[in-house]
Amino acid sequence: MTEIEPTVEVNRSADVRFALHLFRKNPLVLAGLVLSVGSIAVALLSPFLVSPTSWQITHPLLKNCWNNPLFGWGNANIATCPSPYALGTDSYGRNLLQMIVLAIPVDLQIALEVVLSAVAIGIVFGATASYAGGIVDEAILRITDIFLAVPGILLAIVFMVVFGRTIPVLTGAVLLIWWPTYVRLVRSQVLSEKERPYVESLRSIGAGRVRILFRHVVPNSIYPLLVQATLDIGSVILTVSALTFIGLSPSPLLPELGNLASLGSQYFFTAPWLIIFPGLTILLISLGFNLLGDGLRDILDPRLRR
Amino acid sequence: MQDRSHDILTVKELRVNFHTFAGQVKALDGVDLSVKRGEVLGLVGESGSGKSVTALSIEGLLPQNAEVVGGEIILDGKDLLAEKQGEIRLARLREMAMVFQDPLTYLNPVLTVGSQILEILETDRRVFTPVVVAARLEDLDKAAQRGSLTEKESREKSRLEALPAQETLGRREFKRLAKAYAVAILGRVRLPEPERMFKMYPFELSGGMRQRTMIAMALVRRPALLIADEITTALDVTVQAQILKLLRELKTQIDASILLITHDLAVVAEICDRVAVMYAGNIVEVAEVNELFRNPLHPYTQGLLAAIPRPDAVRGQLSSIKGSVPNLIFPPSGCRFHPRCPSAFERCPLSKPPLVEARAGHFVECFLYGG
Amino acid sequence: MQDSELLRMEDVFTWFPIKGGILGRTQAYVKAVDGVTLGVRRGETLGIVGESGCGKTTLARTVVRLVEPTRGKVLFDGTDILKLKGSKLKPFRRKMQMVFQDPYASLDPRQNVRSALTEPMHIHGIVSGKEEGDKRAAELIRVVGLNPDHLSRFPHEFSGGQRQRIAVARALAVNPEFLVLDEPTSSLDVSVQAQILNLLKDLQKEFGLTYLFISHNLAVVRQMCSRTGVMYLGRLVEVGPTESLFERPRHPYTEALLSSVPLPDPAKRRLLAPLEGDVPSPITIPSGCRFRTRCGYATERCAVEFPVAVERAPDQFAECLYDIDFVKKVRI
Repeated sequence: MTEIEPTVEVNRSADVRFALHLFRKNPLVLAGLVLSVGSIAVALLSPFLVSPTSWQITHPLLKNCWNNPLFGWGNANIATCPSPYALGTDSYGRNLLQMIVLAIPVDLQIALEVVLSAVAIGIVFGATASYAGGIVDEAILRITDIFLAVPGILLAIVFMVVFGRTIPVLTGAVLLIWWPTYVRLVRSQVLSEKERPYVESLRSIGAGRVRILFRHVVPNSIYPLLVQATLDIGSVILTVSALTFIGLSPSPLLPELGNLASLGSQYFFTAPWLIIFPGLTILLISLGFNLLGDGLRDILDPRLRR
Repeated sequence: MQDRSHDILTVKELRVNFHTFAGQVKALDGVDLSVKRGEVLGLVGESGSGKSVTALSIEGLLPQNAEVVGGEIILDGKDLLAEKQGEIRLARLREMAMVFQDPLTYLNPVLTVGSQILEILETDRRVFTPVVVAARLEDLDKAAQRGSLTEKESREKSRLEALPAQETLGRREFKRLAKAYAVAILGRVRLPEPERMFKMYPFELSGGMRQRTMIAMALVRRPALLIADEITTALDVTVQAQILKLLRELKTQIDASILLITHDLAVVAEICDRVAVMYAGNIVEVAEVNELFRNPLHPYTQGLLAAIPRPDAVRGQLSSIKGSVPNLIFPPSGCRFHPRCPSAFERCPLSKPPLVEARAGHFVECFLYGG
Repeated sequence: MQDSELLRMEDVFTWFPIKGGILGRTQAYVKAVDGVTLGVRRGETLGIVGESGCGKTTLARTVVRLVEPTRGKVLFDGTDILKLKGSKLKPFRRKMQMVFQDPYASLDPRQNVRSALTEPMHIHGIVSGKEEGDKRAAELIRVVGLNPDHLSRFPHEFSGGQRQRIAVARALAVNPEFLVLDEPTSSLDVSVQAQILNLLKDLQKEFGLTYLFISHNLAVVRQMCSRTGVMYLGRLVEVGPTESLFERPRHPYTEALLSSVPLPDPAKRRLLAPLEGDVPSPITIPSGCRFRTRCGYATERCAVEFPVAVERAPDQFAECLYDIDFVKKVRI
């Protein structure tokens, strides 16, 4: 009969070397990795670093004071606090550094919720649309068209004005902006994937459409979703901050990056740190996820051609 | 291997490595090859044998991650690996032409067939002026012999004949002569209605016609060496037969030697004069075609011939070579075929066998025959 | 229908509409399969040869219903499977399996070998539970000559020949009776091809399978098939016992095709290349006999009369108005 063949040696270190090569070619990806992982770490550790209720406690006497021995603003009019605060105090007399540390998990949590929900909605509706085709596909596409036609921020503002200014509503409002993109992304991936020969061979075995769709086609379409999701975490944080900046937050005291920046905007000339540091945090976090997403795209994309 | 003067191409000890993330692929491990003037040499091998890499090295078309780590490629006396870039370019332009497997990818889809041929001629008018002029003079001579030369044409004839060797023609004149030459070449490759073909786009042609166009584009340069890399692999059997017949005719008409690269031993049997068999980056056997098929010496060649099904007879159980092509990042030691060889013995893994002349004109790289 | 026939195609037409214009109206048809009647006998290997555009791949896909034919019947063991839907079709899907040309593309790259082999078993309820499935997968992989240790590996970690073995194993997973092999060795090297062909022959004997073997490689078909059919522009122009068809073809196209194949023997050089031009398009098919535009023996009758299959030799049928020996004598 036929003999047992010796098998090909598997070389897994090639993948590691490829990843390292990419990092060397684009060092910013490393920066992105550090920033994003760093912010997640801060978010996870925050209840241990700062007391969770400290944002509710205000010190009217300590308004806008700065006393960082390492870094001064060179402005004689800035009041000095009795004890050193690394980033000074905000207009409610709270330690700004602590507020920022509390704000990061809030923002990240909202961002994660939005992105994960968008991915889930995208998979369900996108896969259904492209696999069902016909009227169902047309209907879903037209609905996404409508949502994409309206400028995102306006849509979110209207939603929040109508339904209130709570965190869940904020999350929902931002989700409204994001879900159509994912539906379309999944739909186009599934559309191209289902033409591939292995789908045909599964059909000839007798596999049903649903099985082929969710067990085979969708897992093979994941990579672009992953990239988009990572990139979007940064964008969502920016959007959330924008919404709270213009005032759509549950309470002015809420530790949230946009909110903190909003508070600080009034005191730009007297206490510039109030807006600079929250703003810088927003920048760094969204930049971090953006760079990471870019790097992911590079790592995952050429491999897809294998 | 002795007298090299009648070889148009000699490859000596060519070693090429590819740098990949998985490691160094030692694609060519000391390839020795020679193509005599006027002959058709078949280079046969399966996937991973290195035949395409050899062709690309000769033509200078290796990808960026490839590195020639040793050896010589001597084309008509010039070592292509030692020359400066400009010299190489000229040598390649004048003397070598390559035809590839898939004409659709190698033809520009937005240009007509004719303009692509003209483009070749216009890359270096200095080089091609004598070619174009000579072709025109041939036509005019033929017309003169038939007695159908017009007044205008005979004036042109004397003018062209009087042209000194290094002179270049004016742009318009060159273009006119070049076009006539191009149409003639399209006719040479048996394309019907060459003037009409001249104005057609690649997508309007069938696979066979496109391949003929590629051959025409190669011939237009009057190369001394034509490298044909799997040119019939993607074609239907009947179209392949036409192309092979064309090559057989051209062989007698043109002055070029042909290096025919293929995995199909039947194609080789039909049109080649000599055959070189490659395995895993080495030339394992070279012989005149009848000799190779009658007396294959290398165990790989023997295995290959025994594994080919034939359309003219049933062979019972087809014998096959056990195992598969080795990973060239970690190639087997010594003779690269020894893990799959039914006749391997203790010497085989120790060192690479040298190429020996086991019979007259029949060379093998195998310790069974000495070395 | 003969008792010995496992599969029978009757007057099968598969036309693909070409839509164009603003209203998307059907302007023309690609007549990929244009009236094929063919029976595959139990236990045999029937080969279908032809060049590109002849319709052999579409025919293979129509048989397993990956493509729906426009007209005709496909009878498997007496039942017309074209009329079946959904759950009624499933048991037939189990009995007929297909092996594709490109083994890499036909396997899900993210599915390991074990899962690829057990999935069909679960779909058709052949095994109950994971353990039984895994055991059977190990058996199957051994049957096709691969090491069961490698069941956890993924398709890209295997060579082309090995992947094709995996594809064959998967086809066997559900105990089929009938296998459609669409160019199973065309993307493989010669030495690997020989291994796979030998394997297929052995498996046929061991499991009592019937094969429909599609290929453009005449040598391979001669090696593997007991009967052969030649397709041209969507129709079977000749069908008969392989030996007889290859030695004494009864149709001008078969004759031309056979003499276009180069022989791996320099002593027998003969490339005649009798056919000029290219294979015509299946959109505009010549009237009467479709081969007449390239046939060396064509007459005026050929443009007008439509040739039907005539038995020109024992069990050998050709769709030609004339007997080829007669025509050859007259011509010369």
